[in-house]
Order: sequence, then C-alpha cells, then structure tokens
Amino acid sequence: MRIFKDAGHLFRLAGLFAVGTLGFLAARSFIVPRSFGQYGHYRGAAIAEIAAHPIRFAGHQTCEACHADVAQTKAAGKHAQVNCEACHGPLAKHADDPSIDPGKPDTAVLCVRCHAASAAKPKDFPQVDAEQHAGGVPCQTCHQPHSPAIGAGETK
Amino acid sequence: MTITRRQLLILLPAAAVAWESVLAGTPEASPNYTMTEHWWGMLIDIPKCIGCGNCVRACQAENDVPDGFFRTWVERYHVDDWHLANPQVISPDGGKEGFPVAKEDEGKYFFVPKLCNQCADSPCTQVCPVGATFIAPDGVVLVDQKYCLGCAYCVQACPYGCRYIHPEKKVADKCTLCYHRITKGLTTACCEACPTGARQLADLKNPNDPIHAFLKTHSVQVLKPQMATGAKVFYNALDGSVR
Repeated sequence: MRIFKDAGHLFRLAGLFAVGTLGFLAARSFIVPRSFGQYGHYRGAAIAEIAAHPIRFAGHQTCEACHADVAQTKAAGKHAQVNCEACHGPLAKHADDPSIDPGKPDTAVLCVRCHAASAAKPKDFPQVDAEQHAGGVPCQTCHQPHSPAIGAGETK
Repeated sequence: MTITRRQLLILLPAAAVAWESVLAGTPEASPNYTMTEHWWGMLIDIPKCIGCGNCVRACQAENDVPDGFFRTWVERYHVDDWHLANPQVISPDGGKEGFPVAKEDEGKYFFVPKLCNQCADSPCTQVCPVGATFIAPDGVVLVDQKYCLGCAYCVQACPYGCRYIHPEKKVADKCTLCYHRITKGLTTACCEACPTGARQLADLKNPNDPIHAFLKTHSVQVLKPQMATGAKVFYNALDGSVR
C-alpha cells in the first residue's frame, strides 16, 4: 500500500495513543465508584448509606403498640397532640428491648420548658409564671402530664 | 465459532454496555420505598411555635450533631414599629434550651425554626466540585460524606446558612430531613418531638398529604424567594422581616 509508505511513526503514535486510552479507561473503572452516575452526578450507593443511620426516636406509633392505656388517657386530654418522645426523649432502645429502663422525665424541667410565661409566646398558648402559680409545689401535684386538666386522667 | 469483523464491531459496544451494568452492580433493595414516588418538604406553622427547643435537641440526639453546630435551630424575632427593617434576632445556643423570658414589650415577637430548605434548585449542590452533595430522586438534598473533600464551597453557597463542616469528620454536614426515618415511614425527629405540631413533614407527591389543603387555604411563604432556590420548607404566616 503506497499510502502507508513512510508512515511507521504514525502507527507507533497511534499505538501509544491506544495504549494510553485503554490505560485511562482501566484506571477510570477502578477509581470511579461503581454506583457513580446511577441516579445523577453522584455516588448512588450514598443514598442507601445515609438511609442506614440508626433510629433514636422510635415514633409514637411504636410507643402506642404497648402503652395503649397511656395513649388512651392522652388522647382524651389537652396533650393529645404531644408525642410521647417530646417529653420522654428518644427511646428507640427501650422500644427494641423493653427491659431497658426509659427513666422518668423530670416534670420540674419539662413543664416550664413549654409553659413558662413569656411575652414572646403565642398569646393563645397556656402559660404560667411557675413561681406565682404554684409557689414551688411540683406541677404533678395537681396536673397529670398525660392529661393535664385538674382532676383528669390517671393518678399515677 | 467464527466472528466476522462486522459482527465483532457490532458486538463490541454491546459488550461494553453489558460490562458497565455489571460494574454498576444491582441497586440497593429498599423494600416498600420507591424514591420517585416522593417529593419531600416541610411545613412550619409560625403561630404554633413556642420556642421550646425540642426540635433542636431531638435533631442533635437523632443525628449525632456535635455541640455548637445545628442542623436545625430556632430564632426569636422581636420587631417593633420603629425597627421594622432591623428586627432583633436571638438564638441562644440555637434555641436548644429555650429562650430568655420576654417581658410585655412594644412590638411583636415570634419564633422561626430553621433547617435545610431542601431546595429543588439548590445552590449548594451546584457548586460541589466532586458530586458529593446532590438532590436525591425524592427531593432531599444529601451529602455523600465518603466523597466530600471538605472544601466548604457548599457552606458558602447556601443562602440559608444551613451547612457546616463537621468538626471531627471534616466534611460537609447538614439536615438530611431524617432520611433514615422518612424512608422507613416515620416522620423526622424534629416533627416527632415538636409538642405543638408547628413542624410537619410533607410529601408533595402524595395527593393525600394534608400539605396540599394547607397550601391552598393559608398564606404560605418560603425563605428568600428572590433567590429562586425552589425551597420546599414552607412557612405559614411568615413575617416580612424574616430573612
């Protein structure tokens, strides 16, 4: 073939280029994570990794599966919309293994956290100046947290 | 078996495609959850927020957020008629332990809980040089912490200040909208812990989600609409002084 006369250097160059390209593709297949580009310009497997984070708050549905009696008391009272773990804290561990003691929340801290009077709070939200209102008597002497209206709910 | 040159040329790209799919592996099986069936956001009902800080504490407990950093926090605004454009804003320790008692004073007070706005056109994902932060197919903006370099471009890009560099991991961290919970049918930790229902997880693709009725009947805004971020955290009765 006349056309390829004196073209050896071009073939060598083309060979080098081909080897370089193959090397690049091989390196790329190792370096780029396998799921990169699965959904977009990111590592698709990251989504499942983030979703695998452990759960700490069990969710009120889980609580109610065992504590139906409390759920019933609560549903009838003013705290019906307040989820269990809003006061009791994250209790997924207790839900997984009921032998783990969830501890009793401290009403001296909890009640005023929401109900301490402040001009900054919405006017229709029930607020008290604890000192004036009770004079140091603990809240649960009169109010039961699961159904706080006086005389309502359990006496526990 | 002999293959002609023509057949080989046809087979080569097919084999390459097949090899690619082998390399990609099978997608993670997540039963009962299809990403494309959801489009997550949140509704924040300002008149219901009492500034108790439950959401901030719940978020830190659920997501191992280091002290002094916040995936969600609460701000208290005080606006009087002389300072409409310059509201006094406080957020002591992110509102984690509540707020100092406010005396009856001139002007109005209100609380504004803040978190990642899960923008549909998010500035943070656009600036990431390595594809470590992204919008998942269900509309949640996430960070791939194994891929993140910690360059903090996204921290600067977020107009809402919702990102930080994790002090130990040295990578970007932010609200995941409790991705590990919402993909399992639970609500977020902040919504679970909110005693007044001021925060509500919303699935905009679910036609039965109460968010749709709420958006139709209330005066709802997003933060910094002028930035055109497509924010999906909706604020009911948001005051104009909030930035």
